[in-house]
Amino acid sequence: MSPRTRMIGARLLQAIPVVIGVVVITFVLTRALPGDPAVYFAGDAADEASIQQVRETLGLDKPLPQQFVRYVGDLVVGDWGNSLSTGQPVLADISRRLPASLELTLIALILSCAIAIPLGVLAATKPGSWRDHVCRVFVTAGVSLPTFFTGILLIYIFYYLLDIAPSPLGRLDFMFIEPDRITGFYLIDSALAGDWDTFGAAAKQLILPACTMAIFTLAPIARMTRAAMLQALSSDFIRTARAAGLGRRKILMGYALRNALLPVVTTLGMVFSFALGANVLVEKVFAWPGIGSYAVDALVASDYAAVQGFVLAMALLFVALNLIIDLTYAIIDPRIGFDGA
Amino acid sequence: MLQIRDLRVKFETRNGPVDAVRGINLDLARGETLGIVGESGSGKSVTAFSVLRILDEGGQIIAGDLVYGGINLTAADETAMNDIRGREISMVFQNPRAALNPIRKIGQQIEDVLRQHSLATRQDARSKAIKALEEVQIKDAAARYHAYPFELSGGMCQRIVIALALACQPQLLIADEPTTGLDVTTQKTVMDLIQNLAKDRGMSVLLITHDLGLAGQYCNRLLVMKDGEVVETGAPAKLTKEATHAYTKKLVAATPNKGKALHDLILGGAAVPVPDQGEVLLSVRNVTKTYAGKSGPVEALRGISFDVRKGGCLGLVGESGSGKSTLSSIIARLQDATSGEIKFEGRSLNDTPAARFASDPRRSEIQMVFQDATDSLNPRHTAAQSIMEPMRHLTKITASDRNARVHELAAQVGLPAALLSRLPHQLSGGQKARVGIARALAVNPNLLILDEPTAALDVSIQALVLNLLADLRHRLNLTYVFVSHDLAVVQMLCDTALVMRSGECVEYGPTDAVLSGPKSPYTQELIAAMPQPRP
Amino acid sequence: MSLSSPQSFAGHVGYVLRQNPVTLIAFSLLAGLIFCAVLGPLLTPYDPLASSDAILQPPSGAHWFGTDHLGRDVFSRVIVATRLDMTISIGAVALSFVAGSILGCVAGYWGGWFDAIISRGLDMIMAFPLFVLAMGIVAALGNTVENVIYATAVINTPFYARVVRAEVNIRRYAGFVQAAKLAGNSDLRVVAMHIFPNALPPMMVQVSLNMGWAVLNAAGLSFIGLGVRPPTPEWGIMVAEGANYIISGEWWLALFPGLWLMLAVFTFNLLGDGLRDIVDPKQRR
Repeated sequence: MSPRTRMIGARLLQAIPVVIGVVVITFVLTRALPGDPAVYFAGDAADEASIQQVRETLGLDKPLPQQFVRYVGDLVVGDWGNSLSTGQPVLADISRRLPASLELTLIALILSCAIAIPLGVLAATKPGSWRDHVCRVFVTAGVSLPTFFTGILLIYIFYYLLDIAPSPLGRLDFMFIEPDRITGFYLIDSALAGDWDTFGAAAKQLILPACTMAIFTLAPIARMTRAAMLQALSSDFIRTARAAGLGRRKILMGYALRNALLPVVTTLGMVFSFALGANVLVEKVFAWPGIGSYAVDALVASDYAAVQGFVLAMALLFVALNLIIDLTYAIIDPRIGFDGA
Repeated sequence: MLQIRDLRVKFETRNGPVDAVRGINLDLARGETLGIVGESGSGKSVTAFSVLRILDEGGQIIAGDLVYGGINLTAADETAMNDIRGREISMVFQNPRAALNPIRKIGQQIEDVLRQHSLATRQDARSKAIKALEEVQIKDAAARYHAYPFELSGGMCQRIVIALALACQPQLLIADEPTTGLDVTTQKTVMDLIQNLAKDRGMSVLLITHDLGLAGQYCNRLLVMKDGEVVETGAPAKLTKEATHAYTKKLVAATPNKGKALHDLILGGAAVPVPDQGEVLLSVRNVTKTYAGKSGPVEALRGISFDVRKGGCLGLVGESGSGKSTLSSIIARLQDATSGEIKFEGRSLNDTPAARFASDPRRSEIQMVFQDATDSLNPRHTAAQSIMEPMRHLTKITASDRNARVHELAAQVGLPAALLSRLPHQLSGGQKARVGIARALAVNPNLLILDEPTAALDVSIQALVLNLLADLRHRLNLTYVFVSHDLAVVQMLCDTALVMRSGECVEYGPTDAVLSGPKSPYTQELIAAMPQPRP
Repeated sequence: MSLSSPQSFAGHVGYVLRQNPVTLIAFSLLAGLIFCAVLGPLLTPYDPLASSDAILQPPSGAHWFGTDHLGRDVFSRVIVATRLDMTISIGAVALSFVAGSILGCVAGYWGGWFDAIISRGLDMIMAFPLFVLAMGIVAALGNTVENVIYATAVINTPFYARVVRAEVNIRRYAGFVQAAKLAGNSDLRVVAMHIFPNALPPMMVQVSLNMGWAVLNAAGLSFIGLGVRPPTPEWGIMVAEGANYIISGEWWLALFPGLWLMLAVFTFNLLGDGLRDIVDPKQRR
């Protein structure tokens, strides 16, 4: 087995205890939520006896370890419970709403990288200059803006004052019909259907929330790019490249940036977690029908199956994402799996 | 071919501008190998970087002319410079592994240079890169094309760097400390390679080095630099025999070579008496050490045995990876051996595990001086705090007396008292080494383990520190275990030598016997690589 | 460099502040925020909780930041909220700093199983989108200020632990650590007195980022109705309440608390590099 395959294997194994831990934490958290779920499930008109009956069917009278076993068993067969507020199975709710959140987050991250990486490079080429300071203040201001506030501010300016943005309610203006569901990403689905009007409308709805989130995630990416670039630029191999007469562009982009991007890729996992968290607030402000707003509503209504499903889905998604990032890293960095790397 | 006239280079630093190079002149003829010799801070590397105009941020050529083949390099624009760099003038650096892009195949890095200078097309770049690798005598070059720097040894990486520098057939090669950090046996092959390639191509070489011995062996002419100025220039034989400048004399004296005695290193140095040897103080029997490595167990030590008598000095000689540092930290009780017996004054040392040795009454008996003085001083502690640290835990000296003792120790190791309140980064390398020695002496140890205490120092400082160590050994009746990669240093300081390779003892005996009649081929190789005095 | 005389600590701080204009601005802003937090109610022209008939008044000489839907003075509420938000962020960061340092030292110095267990535990926490985890913790433990602090501390801890673990780990075999052992220090003393202080400079950057992030989290939790509850003045709640009026053009309700919140976070975020340079002995001349 090559060191690289061994490293990838080890990384996959590492994810297993994390997934188990995530399931345990979710279980504990939801059991600790205030309110008796049996009372909710039994409904408003229930008497003591029917509540007790519900409790037994739900297994809530059993000791916690037994409840946990049952909980895990249900999870594995795909029974994540029913949501009180929507009456639908939680898994169905989440899988219906997840693409909305993912579409928003991914667009925001792409936007953010497109701005932050060049900014980081720009700052690193002249550290300590006014350009560096301006970049730093700019991205720091971005991460200092609470997303819910940025969202409101953008709505006020672009919808209320300038009236160039559509009303901040959901993924599509009511004039348009949802594209046929293929991926659940409106941009992709409408493009696949060749319905460019809907594509444009969906893009318009996306712009403000995506910007809101992108502004928030600029700082970590730019900061990391700058630091990694500075380190790469002061490396000996850059001096070798300069002494060999390589062009400035080749040195900056081909040599320094490629080395600098490796640590930036690892930061992206962290930023994604950041963005998913911020997503909850952004979705609430823009009435975005993703899983973030679903969770907030569920939390307010003490809809515990829904909250549990949401937290679990988010965590699993994130574990999977980090796995992908680490494996990508292993593919692009030849040193992975060897001593000293 | 290359003319430097009144070159001045200034660096902007936090403490104001620093004149790194103050008006030097230099002429280099076609086919000539010129050595610039100097210690750290002499401005020799800055001079080299100035020629290619690749000074670090903050550095600036403020005056002077650099003329290469009729082109004024100081006036050339960036585009013109890029055509000269790598094409006309190339450079080889120290620390070859870091000098290569870690995530790009070495063959592609050579291709980049060829393509940049339009000496290869997309189609023939690969074959030309492979040819460049073959020219530096890399076996199986076609397969090596796909290697990454981390997969290659240091010596191999340096060949790649040379291949990269010479790919475009430059007329001038600047080699900046090309062998520093490489093992002694590798050093010779790398230097021979550069010499042969230069001869074959009629190329000029500017060799920048701190090592007068090395420069003398490979250069037609030498130029000695100090504090940004050229102090003397001439043929190697003339400089070593009849140097005129005081600094050159000092440098020549301080450079160790075969047959020199310790006091020869310092001009007018007096011979240091050697203490009488007593009974066996330290006895090591069949010590082994096995680590759990990533790919199975690694045998760092495979059964080492030796004795050191009271007042004696044992030299542990070996290249990197020989296990000499592991052995020294086991003797210092910082690590446990896997098996074997260590006795100190007849009593077993390894019955107390290393983890609990800190509270053993013999802790103060065995102390150590570390390899890298920078790394071995806590960056947050002043010199005085560092020296005081062992006294706080290992002696009953009261807080008020400690200060007096620190001053006494500082005087003993020749550290000016005014420097005691400084933090490590505010001290020079030699001063840090003295702090490290004072700290080790603070608790009056019997046995001192010296782990390459002078490896990171300039030769003139090394000369002083080695003499200081010999002097302290005599005055305080100390016993030394001296770890070194440098046989020439061991020969001067130690009465017994133990040569190690891959965790095994290949030669053990009185130093004179080991040097005059080495039995193992490896020791013979090491001796052959020692700088020889010029005939 | 070694020829100049050592610099005093105050001189060093002065140098750091002069060297970087951004750091100077950040420290001045911090002084202002602390001033507001300490003096709070003494500075405000109105009682932050008192309603009046002057509802939804735009900013004017009498009400600098206008009034809200209950006629309360927005300026007074914004200033008074400084203390609460600063308490949450400093409390949470202090807790996570201590917890993270201990965990990081143990994992980084002793390694082995300690490291495996602690690292996997931290991975588990980091596996949750952290704001979501904080939401869950506050919802489960109950809606109080203390619980907001605990939740924020929990989600911040992995950052410190990771930084400390890495910094301790690289120094585990450093020469000065070996020397400290030779000087008779026990492992515990070596970690606490010799290695850990050297991890401080990079931790300072983390502290500054996390203080800002803690304020944002606390405000975010209040915004969705968790944690601090009305009518207590708190920036997140004020923005949440103001958001309902923005569509009808009463922008000042949300804008001023939002800007103030941003200013506080901004200050914390900019402090990092300066704090690091101050605690880094290598920056001293």
